[in-house]
Amino acid sequence: MIISTIAFYLFAAMTIASAFMVISAKNPVHSVLYLILAFFNSAALFVLLGAEFIAMILVVVYVGAVAVLFLFVVMMLDINFAELRQGFLQYLPIGGLIGLILLIELILVVSGWALSPEAIQVGSQVSPVVSDLTNTEQLGHIIYTDYAYLFQIAGMILLVAMIGAIVLTNRSRPGVRKQNIARQVYRRPEDSMAVRKVEPGQGV
Amino acid sequence: MAEFWDIYLLPALIIVGQILLIVLPLLLAVAYLTLYERKVMAVMQLRKGPNVVGPFGLLQPLADGAKLFFKETVVPTGANKVLFLLAPMVTFILSLIAWAVIPFDEGWVLADINVGVLYLFAISSLGVYGIIIAGWASNSRYPFLGALRSAAQMVSYEVSIGFVIVTVLLCAGTLNLTGIVESQKGDLGLLNWWFVPLFPMFIIFFVSILAETNRHPFDLPEAEAELVAGYQTEYSSMAFALFFLGEYANMILMSGICTVLFLGGWLPPADWAIFTWIPGIIWFGIKIAILLFVFIWVRATLPRYRYDQLMRLGWKVFLPFSLFWVVLTAGVLVYMDLVPA
Repeated sequence: MIISTIAFYLFAAMTIASAFMVISAKNPVHSVLYLILAFFNSAALFVLLGAEFIAMILVVVYVGAVAVLFLFVVMMLDINFAELRQGFLQYLPIGGLIGLILLIELILVVSGWALSPEAIQVGSQVSPVVSDLTNTEQLGHIIYTDYAYLFQIAGMILLVAMIGAIVLTNRSRPGVRKQNIARQVYRRPEDSMAVRKVEPGQGV
Repeated sequence: MAEFWDIYLLPALIIVGQILLIVLPLLLAVAYLTLYERKVMAVMQLRKGPNVVGPFGLLQPLADGAKLFFKETVVPTGANKVLFLLAPMVTFILSLIAWAVIPFDEGWVLADINVGVLYLFAISSLGVYGIIIAGWASNSRYPFLGALRSAAQMVSYEVSIGFVIVTVLLCAGTLNLTGIVESQKGDLGLLNWWFVPLFPMFIIFFVSILAETNRHPFDLPEAEAELVAGYQTEYSSMAFALFFLGEYANMILMSGICTVLFLGGWLPPADWAIFTWIPGIIWFGIKIAILLFVFIWVRATLPRYRYDQLMRLGWKVFLPFSLFWVVLTAGVLVYMDLVPA
């Protein structure tokens, strides 16, 4: 038991520390790398909770795909550090104000948090249903039976977002020559070649 | 104290021992994979290959290793030093930790976790970081271009790998790697393995792992004609060796995953007495060696893809086809009432 407690505090501290480094690192590439570290530590926290499926999905989706694209974009940016720092002072008041408002809201929400009596009762009964089902199967049962429609709607929303992104960025540039593989494959020697018998000194 | 020993120290020591039992043979296998590759390529090109160091050139990998070890590590002046040295370590470590869930034989697995396939998928999707960090930290043009190419390439092919894995999961009904191997057990032996009913997926998976490990004909990140050596241009000595080891360990790992998913892991090809006498780990090794042979065969045979063709193959051919096959598999399983419980 003590090992998991130590592990929890280790991963939790690392998550917070790397999350802090994300916003305080000077180099944006380092920020993204710290973000990845934060994702990893949260995945480890999920494992400690026994939610191994969510932990793996977190790594696959966020670290394996989203953060790669972040890193990709940030590396391509041409960053002028002097300009960045100048902008920092300029935007500090507005940024600080927004941060302060968010902090106050968070404090209000957390301090006003009250559990309903039923929830406390359910929580005090403990004993989650012990079954042979693995984590993944339990999630599958819930999502595809109880929440099937909501799941479908979420998928539809993502599809719309994806099509929207493609429509917004897709532009057909004139004058670009593209390879048509089907045409190349169906091209036969007879279509493009002719064998001529050329008399010497006559030319074609 | 005795309790502490029983609960913590002893299991920890056993796990460390098991890790060593996996890693040491793996590193040896990586070393000899380089020799295997050079020898096979040599035979295919009517040459002799390395034959000077040791009998039949058997000590060549050790000589190469010693050479790399004694070279000087050069860190370019403009490089980001920490990340520059971190990148090869990331590549190497990621290629090792994935072996934790691979079942070598019945019950011969370090961590028999429920989400083994997802773990492997997660680790293999992290492989791109070593390369992209190396390219950026080198602060040099060729490595950077190589890293960008590689990032785009690996992300593209991962998508179709994901769908291929989903079809296997639909058929096997479990995310546990041991469970997937067990699901391929049957009276028909060889014909029960998933590569028979899912043959197109097997081909797509194999081509995708060629792209995922940056091997020929998809070795665009290190296309020597255009990019010198791609992301590893600035690396020398042990840092280079770590990249090299990581890349080859990844090849073995991907062949191992392919074996577990499609070729029945440790199962013998038929239930005959001669075959069942041979221990499972030997069968596992033989299957991996066959797949690695195909890796090398492809390298010796095919010309390199052009970059736009590579992207086209990934997004316009493999992705729609594997998506279609997922739907088809699911439909057939439900219609024929074959869904595993």
